[in-house]
Amino acid sequence: MLNKYPMWKYLLLSFIVLLSLLYAAPNLYGEDPALQVSATRGAKIELATLDKVQAFLKQANISPKSASFENGQILIRLKSSEDQLVARETLSDKLGDGFITALNLAPSTPAWLEAIGGAPLKLGLDLRGGVHFLMEVDMEEAVSKAQEQLVQDLRAELREQKIRFRGIRKAKSETGVIVRFADEATLSKAVDYLKPINPGYQFTDTQENSEFVLLIAMTEQKLKATKDYALQQNLTILRNRVNELGVAEPLVQRQGTDRIVVELPGIQDTARAKEILGATATLEFHPGDDVTDINDALAGRLPSSSIIYKDRNGRPVVVKKKIILTGNHIVDAQSSADEYGRPQVSISLDSQGGTMMSRFTKHNIGKPMATLFIEYLPTGKKKANGKSEIEKREEIANVATIQAQLGRSFRITGLDNANEAHNLALLLRAGALIAPIQIVEERTIGPSLGQQNINNGIKAMAYGLLAVVLFMFVYYRKFGVVANAALLFNIVMIVGVMSMIPGATLTLPGIAGIVLTVGMAVDANVLIFERIREELRAGKSIQRSIHEGYDNAFSTIADANITTLITAIILFAVGTGSIKGFAVTLAIGIATSMFTSIFGTRAIVNAIWGGRNNIKKLSI
Amino acid sequence: MFELIKAKKTIPFMQYSKPAMWLSVLLIVASLVTLSINWLNWGLDFTGGTLIEVGFEQPANLSEVRSTLADANFPDAVVQHFGTSHEVMVRLSPREGIKGEVIGNQVLNALQNGSFGSVDMRRIEFVGPNVGDELAEDGGLAIILALICILLYVSARFEWRLAMGSVLALAHDIILTLGVFSLFKIEFDLTVLAALLAVIGYSLNDTIVVFDRIRENFRLLATANPSDIVDQSLTQTLSRTLITSGTTIFVLLSLYIVGGALIHGFATALLIGVVVGTYSSIYVASALAIKLGVSREHMIPVVVEKEGADQDALL
Repeated sequence: MLNKYPMWKYLLLSFIVLLSLLYAAPNLYGEDPALQVSATRGAKIELATLDKVQAFLKQANISPKSASFENGQILIRLKSSEDQLVARETLSDKLGDGFITALNLAPSTPAWLEAIGGAPLKLGLDLRGGVHFLMEVDMEEAVSKAQEQLVQDLRAELREQKIRFRGIRKAKSETGVIVRFADEATLSKAVDYLKPINPGYQFTDTQENSEFVLLIAMTEQKLKATKDYALQQNLTILRNRVNELGVAEPLVQRQGTDRIVVELPGIQDTARAKEILGATATLEFHPGDDVTDINDALAGRLPSSSIIYKDRNGRPVVVKKKIILTGNHIVDAQSSADEYGRPQVSISLDSQGGTMMSRFTKHNIGKPMATLFIEYLPTGKKKANGKSEIEKREEIANVATIQAQLGRSFRITGLDNANEAHNLALLLRAGALIAPIQIVEERTIGPSLGQQNINNGIKAMAYGLLAVVLFMFVYYRKFGVVANAALLFNIVMIVGVMSMIPGATLTLPGIAGIVLTVGMAVDANVLIFERIREELRAGKSIQRSIHEGYDNAFSTIADANITTLITAIILFAVGTGSIKGFAVTLAIGIATSMFTSIFGTRAIVNAIWGGRNNIKKLSI
Repeated sequence: MFELIKAKKTIPFMQYSKPAMWLSVLLIVASLVTLSINWLNWGLDFTGGTLIEVGFEQPANLSEVRSTLADANFPDAVVQHFGTSHEVMVRLSPREGIKGEVIGNQVLNALQNGSFGSVDMRRIEFVGPNVGDELAEDGGLAIILALICILLYVSARFEWRLAMGSVLALAHDIILTLGVFSLFKIEFDLTVLAALLAVIGYSLNDTIVVFDRIRENFRLLATANPSDIVDQSLTQTLSRTLITSGTTIFVLLSLYIVGGALIHGFATALLIGVVVGTYSSIYVASALAIKLGVSREHMIPVVVEKEGADQDALL
């Protein structure tokens, strides 16, 4: 008998070899230092912007490799990283506030490779350096806020309908609101009116002593929707804040029901990133109380509609409890200087916010309006349910006098200095959160360690590979060479497949996974070759031995690999971040090694030895 | 032909199965004892807290680093070299009143403002306490889930006695590896957990190769008793077992030596796991399968008439 593969198998093999080489190829081209210019609110990038950018670079004596305009962004490739830094300074200086210039590394993949979807491996943060944050949204606060909002809405609705109630407050044990009525008729009147206009709530009435109590509680769906909204809002706000940081290719992604992952590749100044991301502040505009005397208030003679806060210097300020509007109506805020050079912040609101502001300021010209900052800081203690306790710190950031009826855009003046104006604008602009958020996990890798991790990984792979290749050659001679060819191609294939899959990221444990694959991938060939030796020892002909060696070893190899694949999948399912990277390379490595060590080596063995009946001895 | 093992005669492995079993029991008990005394040296991933790795231009004097940090109000900082003498790792447990994620930058500032010349930030990790608990829970769950899936797969592919044998062998490997980590107080972090799962995969690989041969031999040799068949199968697969363990150990040593300090725990766990797993696939999995009474009848498949079974396979 002879061992021959039909032509189509060779064609298939060549096709896969070529494809792998093609998609692995972009990794050979390296990366250019680049700048990415994107627009923030208000500004827009057009072709004219590109011309401007090029003119600015020319003024600064920088000649870029290329500058292109795509997907609403400008990408400028530069010759060196010194150029990159100078160009960034120049551009962020000259382009002004509306544009963000971020440092980036752009792969210098040739156009023809890019055209077929070729791209280099995406490196994880542990290899390219950067910050990974896991943030948690305080859902209790989100729900509590929603309850407060409901109290306000219901009160207004009942008053409007002239339905008299004795009291209204947040329910303690349920997520809802309790309204007390004097008689049953009023209660049922209230239910009749409120029920149709408040879907998503469950109405239960009870009688307590002489009072009729109505509990309006959120349904499960409403509760879920409320939490979902809080998370979505945080996501949006975090995206905006990340944009403020000017990072190329940031990732802001939801994880589970109450968490958000933020990944900022290449960030060097992590403290600033945290300040901006972690500034879990909310903002409220309150009417100032200019009637109550501050000394009366401190002595305890405070109207129930007012409350005392302290300002930044610890001075007490009396404001009304009423909220004119909250920070989530803020669309934009810019710091600038007025005609006398004094710092100011210009604020734009959304239309609803504009209406609310306009309605309030109409009757309150000349009266004070306070901007209240609320910051959330974890105390380090834990609540009964295991979540961290969060302390709420309130502070009056600014009290301004309303000069005129305000609309959708207005200015806050009377700020101490430009820096304060800048910070106020940044926080206003980033919006204010419904629910506070805190960092529960951080992993920052400095750029030097990232590069070192790559180098170590490659070195470990090279030495490991060398040892295995040498051993296989010494032990199995020519068949060993065949196995080695398959092994080398296996690595190319892993790299090719990883580069092809859009979501796959190479991490340090991922490299370890490839190294481990190198050690384990030869197993299939060892099994086959040992089996061939056995068949030869049993006195079978050379061709039959090759045939049965491959055949008999196959089910063993499949079983052994499938079980490893099961563990890889489990790792992927429960693992996080870099561990997922390990699972991915392990799984890909198993699949490709099965292909190369069974199909690949068989093709070579068949081509060299399979077609001849005159072989006396096999070099195995 | 260059051979590691000249397999002229069947090696009577099972003759030593009793002492081997006692050895395994002894090692497991020892592991459990050290685990109950020391438990594990949990890494930051599981305990929560803050870790800062910095690089110095000169070899760093640890006591100076400690006193600088103590002055900066971090007297409880654990300071040690990491990898080389230029690199220092500082670890802090979670503390009250300060946001955990701020600590990293505070420590970095304290060191950069100290008298150490330029200090390079290499790594900051902060894990909140809840996240740590979750990671530990997920990790334990992963291992149990992996064992169950494997039990099911091997039961379906082979037989429940063999499946039981292989899963107990895997549990044996994991306990021994954990025992070594506990005894030498090697830090147990997420990469080690990943390595443990890889150990499961690897060790099972070994076991399956042996079981496959056992099944084959049961079918071929109608008269032999189970223990002889196991001996023969183990002998036939021995050189493969040793070669594959060998190449895997090559690459793991290479990872351990040049892969950098971040990957040490991972490489260590796998090195221990591969050695223990090779032993356990011989003496734990197979020996247990015999103890559980595996016999020829269990291995002969019930013949099912399949449609097209008489036609040649396509590949």
